[in-house]
Amino acid sequence: MQEQENWDLTIKPHSKWYDLRIKEIFKYKDLLFLFVRRDFVAVYKQTILGPLWFFIQPIITALTFTVIFGNLAKISTDGLPQVLFYMCGITLWNYFSDTLTKTSDTFTANANIFGKVYFPRMIMPLSVVLSNLIKLGVQFLLFIAIWLYFLLKPNQIHPNLALCLIPFLIILIGFMGLSFGIIISSLTTKYRDLKFLVTFGVQLMMYASPIVYPLSIVPAKYKLLIIANPVTSIIETFKYAFLGVGEFNWLHLAYSTVFTITLFMISLVIFHKVEKTFMDTV
Amino acid sequence: MSKIVLKAENISKQYRLGQLGTGTISHDLNRLWAKMRGKEDPYLKLGDVNDRSRIEKSDYVWSLKDINFEIKEGEVVGIIGKNGAGKSTLLKILSQVTSPTTGEVKVKGRIASLLEVGTGFHPDLSGRENIFLNGAILGMTKQEIKSKLDEIVDFSGVAKYLDTPVKRYSSGMMVRLGFAVAAHLEPEILIVDEVLAVGDQEFQDKCIGKMKDVSNSGRTVLFVSHNMSAVKNLCKKGILLEKGSISSINSINDVINKYLEKNQQNNQNGIISSSASFVNTGEAKFKTIHIKNINNESINEINYKSPIKVCTTFEILTDLKDFFIDVRIINSEGTTLTHSMNKYKNKTITALKKGFYESIVSLNNNFQPGNYSITIGIFHENGYYMDYVENISSFKVSKIASDNLNNYSYHWIEGNLFDDAEWLINKL
Repeated sequence: MQEQENWDLTIKPHSKWYDLRIKEIFKYKDLLFLFVRRDFVAVYKQTILGPLWFFIQPIITALTFTVIFGNLAKISTDGLPQVLFYMCGITLWNYFSDTLTKTSDTFTANANIFGKVYFPRMIMPLSVVLSNLIKLGVQFLLFIAIWLYFLLKPNQIHPNLALCLIPFLIILIGFMGLSFGIIISSLTTKYRDLKFLVTFGVQLMMYASPIVYPLSIVPAKYKLLIIANPVTSIIETFKYAFLGVGEFNWLHLAYSTVFTITLFMISLVIFHKVEKTFMDTV
Repeated sequence: MSKIVLKAENISKQYRLGQLGTGTISHDLNRLWAKMRGKEDPYLKLGDVNDRSRIEKSDYVWSLKDINFEIKEGEVVGIIGKNGAGKSTLLKILSQVTSPTTGEVKVKGRIASLLEVGTGFHPDLSGRENIFLNGAILGMTKQEIKSKLDEIVDFSGVAKYLDTPVKRYSSGMMVRLGFAVAAHLEPEILIVDEVLAVGDQEFQDKCIGKMKDVSNSGRTVLFVSHNMSAVKNLCKKGILLEKGSISSINSINDVINKYLEKNQQNNQNGIISSSASFVNTGEAKFKTIHIKNINNESINEINYKSPIKVCTTFEILTDLKDFFIDVRIINSEGTTLTHSMNKYKNKTITALKKGFYESIVSLNNNFQPGNYSITIGIFHENGYYMDYVENISSFKVSKIASDNLNNYSYHWIEGNLFDDAEWLINKL
């Protein structure tokens, strides 16, 4: 009867918090990529402009910012061309905010699928991160095109070695968006209150990050508050790398990194706990 | 001895009744407090058995309580029980959609569940894209799906529309495509809910056929259904659930008989026991039921083509402005054959004061010989059941007619209802 004891799977009420079943996610990697594909193919079906919308969105936003914050409110851009300055912030910020808002309803939006079949629930938010990463890639090309145009003009922008940090910054901000998103989605299965905070909160967070203004014009008494926002140093470093102005501070970046890692760990544990029984409360 | 591939140990599932709201957070905090002090969850002690006929005192209910069973490799097991007996909850736990409150399930081999066909179909994607998506959701790899694509398309019979978005499909096509994908899953253990209740007869036969193939190929299947003939057809072993516990595990025939017998115990010489109701709000209650022939004699067996009367008495416990009462005749496979209601012919409003009443329904007995059961219900004017009793009585239609002239004169019996059809055969 000894051989009876090697079970492949045990369904239990609780599992250890560190038992995250990462191996399972690899088993379902095909599903992950199919979901990413679905997100892409489905979104622009029955549209005339199709994937061109990827470009239209950031351009219109950058132009709006140029008119409102640049020309009407006359907020400084540290002497940089306004369109470039805004595009730089928007490109990275969009990745963060899209990832956050789309992962934040993982459980509620997919309740009908989750209620019928089991697959590692983490596949869903991961697919959102990946499809947004592709979207970021496309928008990044647009940004690079504008950047190159200004680069050819003398003495406007000064890219530097911090460019090596760009992949790291993108990964960092992606994980931060994911962590915030799945924490919110886990907490909203039972109590929906947080849901109302998401769109509104993301908007507030944007104004607390140096996207429409440079960190240099923030008055000293608010500066600590803005730096405490973990997105700030990532955006500032990103801008510094490409444009050569802004504040690049290893300490601030380290803070954001530690913050993200901690948040990600917490979010994994919460998500994992909630995924077992959310069907009963959603 | 074949090995055990699935073992359920003491699984229970508790649900909270009522709305989730501000009241819930205090319970959650209490629970957390108990956990922090290393004590047991205080709410686990609460909760009644899942009996929908009573108004619960507690906010918690045990949808499943102490379920234990073992399934060996290659067994095809049918899970049966009344609505609300816990079948769906058990399925959800086995397919990992939700976890049990206590207990464990141990599984050997790949397990796949089919609680619905076409889960995750995206309306804007084409049939082909959805085959891949649905297949992957059910746990297949891209490679597996690719190698079976032709078979799947063939089985579904939608080859022509493969590159059309599924939102343009008819509902039947969607179901066929969904089942086709599911049918080509190859897990060691397959869990199937009543998905067969969809599609036309031809497709249903195809599904049953496919399920038989699956079970013949030595894989383990758990099948949940209300359709007794389908269960009998497919399964060798049965599990009968009743009010959240297992009341019998045995060969499928024994279990089905026990299930049918159980329904009879609620009815002792026509007196309906107080626990028989499936739904009861306390506003009305059926007291007795008798099936009578034309001479007002209570009977269990009726002659072929002789009219029958279903006579019930019931108590009204609160004054009613209007009410509805209905009678269903159900065949041995669980299909409702006829449904009649007091309002079908006479639509006048009937206000009732508190007290006892009787109802007499005269039915043209146009049933073929066989066994039939009766389900009765009484509704509030707002449309909800105040009392609903399933399978409370039964009768048999014999092959003998009262007048000896119209006896049922064939060896075989097809169908449940006869039709007084006129036949005309002409030489051409």
